Amino acid sequence: MGLDLSVIARNSNVLWGGFLTTLKLFGIAFAGGLPLGILLGLGRLSSKKWIYYPVSAYINFIRNVPLLMVVFWIYFALPIVTGHNIGRLPSAVIAFIVFEATYFGEIIRAGFQSVKKGEMQAAYSTGLTYTQVTRYILIPIGLRRVIPSLMTQTIVIFQDTSLAYVIGLREFVRASTVVNAREVRSLEIFGFVALVYLVICLAGSTISNRLEEEGE
Amino acid sequence: MKSRGQLPALHFDKMGYQFDWGVIIREPYWRWLLNGFIKTLILGSISWGIALFLGIIVGTIRTLPAKTARAIGKAYVEFFRNIPLLVQLFFWYYVIPPMIGQWFNRMESLPWIMAIFGLGVYTASRVAEHFRSGLNSVPKGQRQAGLSTGLSNWQLYRYIIIPYGFRLMIPPITTEFLTIFKNSALAMTIGVLELSGQSYKIGTWTFHSFESITAAVIGYLLIGLSIIGFMGWVEEKLKIPGLVGRG
Repeated sequence: MGLDLSVIARNSNVLWGGFLTTLKLFGIAFAGGLPLGILLGLGRLSSKKWIYYPVSAYINFIRNVPLLMVVFWIYFALPIVTGHNIGRLPSAVIAFIVFEATYFGEIIRAGFQSVKKGEMQAAYSTGLTYTQVTRYILIPIGLRRVIPSLMTQTIVIFQDTSLAYVIGLREFVRASTVVNAREVRSLEIFGFVALVYLVICLAGSTISNRLEEEGE
Repeated sequence: MKSRGQLPALHFDKMGYQFDWGVIIREPYWRWLLNGFIKTLILGSISWGIALFLGIIVGTIRTLPAKTARAIGKAYVEFFRNIPLLVQLFFWYYVIPPMIGQWFNRMESLPWIMAIFGLGVYTASRVAEHFRSGLNSVPKGQRQAGLSTGLSNWQLYRYIIIPYGFRLMIPPITTEFLTIFKNSALAMTIGVLELSGQSYKIGTWTFHSFESITAAVIGYLLIGLSIIGFMGWVEEKLKIPGLVGRG
């Protein structure tokens, strides 16, 4: 057998294209998931029942369902709702935002809860409104406390994007299976894919660990 | 009626989608779903056995005094945590079997074996982390007290650190136990017809993927809620009175 690494070079354009799709998916999912997560985190701490219960139900529902099923579900549900076939990438993006926001939401809630009561009371007593307290106290202080956990979750999202594979979106893993179907060099191809993920995620978790140590 | 023979998601026109929830309970589909549900339970449970066994070993290694041992444990965890499970499953399914031999590669139950194994060794890395942090959260004084009464290292772990630390791990381990069933859905990508695989198959047969996927989602919810209930009961049973007021 022997290793034939030229298979990577020969198919670099397909793999690179897949990798770019992965990055795109990851970037949009993160950019959409974090703000929604902040809203969910706020909702989980809301004293208004009509906010708290629906938000909690949404979070508990999504967190008990496999991501793979959410990806499928949204993919099959969207055409029913919209009446159009909206394509794989938008569908995957929505699925990841809907899913990852719940994980972000729970992390962020913990961050908000770590803000001391006194700080909040002090803010209110200076005459700030709820929105101002949220904007200037809760989010800056609470979010900063959970940056390491958010980083870890971000790495998880990066890995999770590989699941768009199941709806046929040609992201990195799908692209590699396309190449493998042609070349039948699974060791080199999947080994390469694993290595790329490993290097990126290791770098990410090293940064996250360092942030955590600095925080303590 | 709508044309058949297209991909399920593409088969929409201006008339809208006709729901048919009957596919969930009709023959033979309800049998497929039930079969998939049971397979998911089996897949998750056996992998969980592997994950717990390996995870406890790796997690314990990570708390040992020897530096090399800790490095090996850390390498294991970092390796499995930083590669997507999907890629790992492909590796176990497409790369490893031909290396072992043709007799193995041609085994009928190969997807099953590799899914259980892959899911197990992956989850072990996560269990190991919870186990390690559980063991590390046992106060130093307990460790010193144990050693000063003349316990050996093995006895220290067996009688003090593991029983004590294990209780602290119950909440995160519960989450992991839930996660393994959710992650087991990935087994469909290497050809295991568990709950998600069956629901997908029903979708391709009936063009009612939305309904069949919904049924599977309910199946996963059932599993998740039962585990939460069960582990709450376990936590209550194992509680040391006056200690660990976790809830």
